[in-house]
Amino acid sequence: MDLHTLTIQEASELLKSKKISSVELTQAILQRAHDVDPKVKSYVTITDDLALEQAKQADERIAKGENITPLTGIPFAMKDCISTRGVKTTCSSKILENYVPQYNATVTNKLADAGAVLVGKTNMDEFGMGSSCENSAFFNTHNPWNLDHVPGGSSGGSASAMSASLATFTIGEDTGGSVRMPAGFCNVTGIKPTYGRVSRYGLISLVSSFDCIGPMTRDAYDCATVLEAIAGHDEKDSTTYNSTVPSYTKNINKSVKGMKLGIPKEYFVSGMEAGVESSIQEAIRTYEKLGMEIHEVSLPTTQYGLPVYYLLLFAEASSNLARFDGTRFGLSKSENAKDVIDIYLQTRREGFGDEVKRRIMLGAYALSAGYYDDYYLKAQKVRTLLRRDFETAFSKVDILLAPTCPTTAFKLGEKTSDPLEMYLSDIYVVATNPAGVPAMALPCGFSKDMPVGMQLIGKHLDEQTIFQVGHAYQQVTDWHKQNPPL
Amino acid sequence: MTQTIDTKTVKHVANLVRLGISEEEAQKFSGQFSSIIDYFNMLNEVDTENVIPASDVANAENVLREDVVKPSMSREEFLKNAPQSERGYVKVPTVLGDE
Repeated sequence: MDLHTLTIQEASELLKSKKISSVELTQAILQRAHDVDPKVKSYVTITDDLALEQAKQADERIAKGENITPLTGIPFAMKDCISTRGVKTTCSSKILENYVPQYNATVTNKLADAGAVLVGKTNMDEFGMGSSCENSAFFNTHNPWNLDHVPGGSSGGSASAMSASLATFTIGEDTGGSVRMPAGFCNVTGIKPTYGRVSRYGLISLVSSFDCIGPMTRDAYDCATVLEAIAGHDEKDSTTYNSTVPSYTKNINKSVKGMKLGIPKEYFVSGMEAGVESSIQEAIRTYEKLGMEIHEVSLPTTQYGLPVYYLLLFAEASSNLARFDGTRFGLSKSENAKDVIDIYLQTRREGFGDEVKRRIMLGAYALSAGYYDDYYLKAQKVRTLLRRDFETAFSKVDILLAPTCPTTAFKLGEKTSDPLEMYLSDIYVVATNPAGVPAMALPCGFSKDMPVGMQLIGKHLDEQTIFQVGHAYQQVTDWHKQNPPL
Repeated sequence: MTQTIDTKTVKHVANLVRLGISEEEAQKFSGQFSSIIDYFNMLNEVDTENVIPASDVANAENVLREDVVKPSMSREEFLKNAPQSERGYVKVPTVLGDE
C-alpha cells in the first residue's frame, strides 16, 4: 500500500482502526517529499522534526480514543503566507526570508487542534502576486505532470505538492484564483470559500477584501472535510460570518437530479484551447446524464472582471505592503542610512521583487489625486455590477460551471516577459473574488497530456451545494484519481 | 487612447510607496505601466451612472466588544523579530530632522 496516495478519508479510517499509525503515515509522506521534491520544488520548508512530534501526539490521541477528528494524524502542507509559530513564514519574498512568526494564524490553530500534522510550507508567487509561481524570490516550482511547465499560481507549491502526493492535503489561499487556477493546472480539487467563511487572522494580507484561505485535496469529499475544520467565526477577524458551519460531508451524497446548472456564455469565447473546451462540454454532458437541468446564463460584466480585480488589488496591496518597512521585522537595510526614510527606500528596493514593485506603484497611482475617481472608484462601481451579475444568475440556477483557465499549464518562462499577458491567464477565476462567492476547481480531463480544470461557482455561503455537485461528478468520473508520472 | 506613464510619474509613485528605484528601472516600469493602464481603461466603456461603489462583500456590520485588557505577546517576544532594539524599544535612526 502506497501511504502517500491515500485520501484523507482512507487514511483516517486506517488510523482509527489502528491499521497504520500517524508516525508511519507521516514518515511515508516525508520520505516521498525528500525523494520527489528536489524535482518538483513545492516546499520552501519541510518540518521533519515538528511533523514527527505532532504525529506522535496524534497517535497518543488515537490510542486514548479522545477527541479524534477526521484530520487527526493526517499530514498536510501550508502555503507560506499563513503564520506558523516557530516555523519560517516567508511569502516567498526576500523581505521575509528569515521571518519566524511569534504566533499562529487561526487556521493553523484550528488544524493543530484537529490533530493534523504540519509537514511543511509551500512555495508561492511572492506575496501571492502571480499566476505561475515564477515570482517566488527563491526558486521555480514545477508542474508534476510535465516538469517544463508551470504549476500555476499563486498557490503553485500547494497545488504541486498535492498533485505529486507530497502531503495528504494542502492549504492554499485564493485572492483572485490562486487556489483554483493551479488546482486546474495540477489535477487537484481546491476550493475558494465564501469571503468571510474562513478567518484571515494570521494570513499575511494581499487584498484584505478578497483574500480567502482554502483547502486543496484529492477530491471534493476531502475538501469538504478540511473546510469544515477550518471555517467559522473568529473574534480576531470581524469579517468572518457568525453563522454555524454546516456538516458539509453529511449531505454530500444527496442526488443532484433536478438541480439547475448554469453555463455562463461569456466564459466560452474564442481563444479557449480546443482540448479544454471539449473537456468542459463533456463535463456538462455528464451532469445532464446525472439528471441536472442545463441552462445558459449571462454574466454580462465578465470581461471587466480582470481590470476590476487588478485595480483593486493594486490599491489594497499598496497599502497592505506598507508594513514591510525594515524597522519592526523582516529584512532591514540601513547602510549609511541618514534617516528612517532611507531604511524604507533601501529595504523595499532590495526586499521586493519586480512584480511586487509594479503592483504597489500602480496601486499608489490608482489611488493618487487626479486618478482616484477614474480608477479606484470606477473599479468599485463595476465591482457592484459584477456582484449583481451573480445575484441575477443565481435567481435562475443553483450553481454555475465554467473552465478555470482558457489553456492548460503553460511552459516555464513563456509569459514572464509580459506582465499583462500573465494577468490575462486569470481571466476566468478573478470575478468571483470581488463578488465574494465561493467556487471549487476540480479535474475534468486532459488536453495534450496536461490536466484540464473546471470550476463550480455557488451562492454566498452555499459551499454545501458545490461539494454535493462536485462529489456527484467524481462518483462517475475518475479524472481526479489520475496521478502524474513522476 | 494610449496613456503614457512617463518616468517622472514612475519616480513620483515610487517615492509615494517608499521604494528606491534606478533610472533604468523607471524606464522599464514606464513602458509596462503604460500598456497595463491602457488595457484597464476599458472600464470607461461601462456605464456606471447611479451605481453605488462596492465597499465590502460580506455585508458586514460593525462588530463591537467590551474594551477589556487581556494578556498579549510579551515585549521580549515581540522584539525577537526587530532588526534593532534598545531598552525594550524598536530602534530606528532619526525620524524628525535635527536642524
